[in-house]
Amino acid sequence: MSEKTEKTEQRRLSVFKTYKLYVGGKFPRSESGRVYEVTDSKGEWLANAPLSSRKDARDAVVAARKAFGGWSGATAYNRGQILYRVAEMLEGRKDQFVREVADAEGLSKSKAAVQVDAAIDRWVWYAGWTDKIAQVVGGGNPVAGPFFNLSTPEPTGVVVVLAPQKSSFLGLVSVVAPVIATGNTVIVIASEKSPLPALSLGEVLATSDLPGGVVNVLSGKTAEIATPLAAHQDVNAIDLAGADDVLAKELEIAAADNLKRVVRPQAVDNADYFANPGIERLTAFLETKTVWHPTGALGASGSSY
Amino acid sequence: MPTTANAAHALGDVTASDSTLRRFLHGLPGVDTVGLEARAASLGTRSIKTTAKAYAIDLAISMVDLTTLEGADTPGKVRALGAKAVRPDPTDRTTPTTAAVCVYPDMVAVAKEAVAGSGVKVASVATAFPAGRAALGVKLADVRDAVAAGADEIDMVIDRGAFLAGNYMKVYDEIIAVKEASGAARLKVIFETGELSTYDNIRRASWLGMLAGADFIKTSTGKVAVNATPANTLLMLEAVRDFRAQTGVQVGVKPAGGIRTTKDAIKFLVLVNETAGEDWLDNHWFRFGASSLLNDLLMQRQKLATGRYSGPDYVTVD
Amino acid sequence: MASAFEYAPAPESRAVVDIAPSYGLFIDGEFTEAADGRVFKTVSPSTEEVLSEVAQAGTEDVDRAVRAARKAFEKWSALPGSERAKYLFRIARIIQERSRELAVLETLDNGKPIKETRDADLPLVAAHFFYYAGWADKLDHAGFGANPRPLGVAGQVIPWNFPLLMLAWKIAPALATGNTVVLKPAETTPLSALFFADICRQAGLPKGVVNILPGYGDTGAALVEHPDVNKVAFTGSTAVGKAIARQVAGTKKKVTLELGGKGANIVFDDAPIDQAVEGIVTGIFFNQGQVCCAGSRLLVQESIQDELLDSLKRRLSTLRLGDPLDKNTDIGAINSAEQLSRITSLVERGEAEGAERWSPACELPSAGYWFAPTLFTNVTQAHTIARDEIFGPVLSVLTFRTPDEAVAKANNSQYGLSAGIWTEKGSRILAVANKLRAGVVWSNTFNKFDPTSPFGGYKESGFGREGGRHGLEAYLDV
Repeated sequence: MSEKTEKTEQRRLSVFKTYKLYVGGKFPRSESGRVYEVTDSKGEWLANAPLSSRKDARDAVVAARKAFGGWSGATAYNRGQILYRVAEMLEGRKDQFVREVADAEGLSKSKAAVQVDAAIDRWVWYAGWTDKIAQVVGGGNPVAGPFFNLSTPEPTGVVVVLAPQKSSFLGLVSVVAPVIATGNTVIVIASEKSPLPALSLGEVLATSDLPGGVVNVLSGKTAEIATPLAAHQDVNAIDLAGADDVLAKELEIAAADNLKRVVRPQAVDNADYFANPGIERLTAFLETKTVWHPTGALGASGSSY
Repeated sequence: MPTTANAAHALGDVTASDSTLRRFLHGLPGVDTVGLEARAASLGTRSIKTTAKAYAIDLAISMVDLTTLEGADTPGKVRALGAKAVRPDPTDRTTPTTAAVCVYPDMVAVAKEAVAGSGVKVASVATAFPAGRAALGVKLADVRDAVAAGADEIDMVIDRGAFLAGNYMKVYDEIIAVKEASGAARLKVIFETGELSTYDNIRRASWLGMLAGADFIKTSTGKVAVNATPANTLLMLEAVRDFRAQTGVQVGVKPAGGIRTTKDAIKFLVLVNETAGEDWLDNHWFRFGASSLLNDLLMQRQKLATGRYSGPDYVTVD
Repeated sequence: MASAFEYAPAPESRAVVDIAPSYGLFIDGEFTEAADGRVFKTVSPSTEEVLSEVAQAGTEDVDRAVRAARKAFEKWSALPGSERAKYLFRIARIIQERSRELAVLETLDNGKPIKETRDADLPLVAAHFFYYAGWADKLDHAGFGANPRPLGVAGQVIPWNFPLLMLAWKIAPALATGNTVVLKPAETTPLSALFFADICRQAGLPKGVVNILPGYGDTGAALVEHPDVNKVAFTGSTAVGKAIARQVAGTKKKVTLELGGKGANIVFDDAPIDQAVEGIVTGIFFNQGQVCCAGSRLLVQESIQDELLDSLKRRLSTLRLGDPLDKNTDIGAINSAEQLSRITSLVERGEAEGAERWSPACELPSAGYWFAPTLFTNVTQAHTIARDEIFGPVLSVLTFRTPDEAVAKANNSQYGLSAGIWTEKGSRILAVANKLRAGVVWSNTFNKFDPTSPFGGYKESGFGREGGRHGLEAYLDV
């Protein structure tokens, strides 16, 4: 935040940024009116982040549900275009994210840049998947009878994601992008300790043609926000990437109330988000719908149509 | 029984013009092929045993229009057919007579004599059977000849060409004209379902025939590749059921061609029973157009009576 | 039913099946008594006759069975896929050979008509084994990466509505992928699973690969809970499904759940009416409505309501209820006294809430558990009978005015398993199917099943798919 210039003795007073939530395409402060201190890896103050309340969580679900129809109904091509647009926007704001990731994770600029580059590439990877996943995991089934049926993947609905606690940006993108690529909408709970890259991502998403409500970013105490969301009856799935084992078990039990699809935390919390992402995170939030149609008679019975 | 005039009244003026008729026929509910055939197949799995089978066999015999429609038909052949219709099983006088014999118009007089006094009706195909490709005047003359020779029933063919070309009014007018020429004879209208090709067409033809005053609607001539099937007969049974529900007028159904075994015949009776209902379980309302079917029915009848299987040497070949 | 043409009784012969007076648990290739010696009786729901006495598995037996399955897993999973395939092909063939016997057995133990066990259940059971047999040596090509690995021991709990078919849905993919199984059949229908154990012996299946543990809910819970079970597969009620989801929380067990439903069968004004009526009947009266994907809510376009209901009522009057072994029976017995009382109380609730009840004239046998086909009109989304799964031969009729309203009402449920669309307009089928939140949508047909086709629900109807290529995923470490 404070960059020295060698030419002048007088330091220009920088303009601080007020970090806000990103909900329903808007940037509200927490409904609670409360914030908490975000520090860098050495404990230096970086900014105040909104401390989301249960009501913020509830509002985010409403926004995500409202956005679901349009987003899931958009063409896969269109979703791909928008995800790619996110990558384009990030590329232009790379310096900002490198700085935020470096501060958040205690990385050198160059190491942080590697993270940000990988995160941008991840958007590109998922942008390309939007109109292919149905071909890979769906298809026609050779029914024994005068019927044709087709299995197609459809988005599960509103998904709550607990972003990884350590990998504040690449980890975040790695769990958010696959969820929305297929048409789900998401409420992501940012890394509790390092929420700033997530909150900034909201600003990028808002300028990437992504409809409001498709991604909603909340910051605050992960357990406090996640608990009501895991029990929320209008949430269809939950990704526990950022939960420890104790919290994960509690949330999985709460999620059973309406049989949310649950993705348990990886074996190691700090999963290797550099690895080839695969399609597991896409398929985890897809339902398979099989639609049957009569085909007419198979044999020549005279009136086969 | 209400008359055809009532039918027209109940349905409004659907036959007022070409366009009203077309709109009506095209507004009938569609038919899903797979669903229709599945229903027919499912009813075909009914297991008809013992007393029910005995009832069904006698009913089926009584519903047979014993048919010969060959270029080689002679008075001798027709007389033999008549004798068979009157006394299907000479060894068992409790065997019912068939409903009718069915012949070409020039054989009506012979047939009439052969069945005289038995209650067996004489049906005659007419209207340039089986193709129906003749001028209306010729067709009507054909009908008048048959009626004049004593035919109790006329089996006409519709103009499939006109139907497929969408000239529904032409088909309708022709049936009206034939009906008039038939006088007191009951009129069976043959659609040649195998040529109509789609179930939607069969439903439309059924309604068209009934609106024009058909006493029976009949699947086919027996002269094309596909004749009566359980599915097309089921569809026509639905049509007569719905027509009566809307107009109060009851119309009969006659599947013809391809029904050769007792097992087949019983499947058709199950279709009647569970679709149109028991009001149609009578030879006034349901017929089988068949020839070889009768002997199979007779053999099965003997088997039920004696407990042992019969053979072709124990029924008469006519 | 027309009185002139009264079908004479046409019972299928009971002699084709030989039911022993008692059966044990099937563990490690042997029939054995329960450790604590407990047994329970299984009755024929159509007569209440006791068919047999069956050992009841307790916690100790569960442990023994899981250990047997664990022991068998090592060799079974190491077998070449082509060898596992041949075992499954053998099983499929033996099922075909013994299908009449199994059909009669299933009808006796479950109460469903022989027509259904003979023409639907058994052919589908054999087909399911045949289908997954072929996958066993082709898993590299199933789209889950090279050499996908099995999970280990699968604990499987199945319901009573399609006892042998649900067994096939569970066991066939599990074995094909190299898992071993411990399966608990429902307490009211244990027999076909025990006959299946005998088929495994005839097929020469290695000991411990399939273990069958008859028992009640506590047996199932013990199986789900067992720490050495790697995979839990359950088909049954949503309430139990939720309990299982809680039980496995915090473990590494992979879970698939096939649960309840309240399927909407949507009939548009341009539907092929006669076939729609058949589809409605199949949708709710197949297997006495004891089908999770039943079309229990009829959504009919208001403009054709009267016409459709007239046709439907006329059709219901031809349904033949009675002896399930009679080949002409359409509607058999309800599976148990408990299920009958659940149906009865929900129907009473429907009446109390003001819906209009109708049943065709229908004589119910004096012994056994029976419920007449029932139709409710004047039902709204607010009625209990429009929301709760009845799991019986009871249809709730609702109306809609526009396709949007139809979709909104169809989706207005905590369930999302099945739906039907009846219209002659192709684009409407596709548009509506697209918007329905249900795992299986039948257009212009209903209740069709096929081993190649994935089946399973959205929302509270569960998760995971059974059948088809998709069904492999539940049993693979992917």
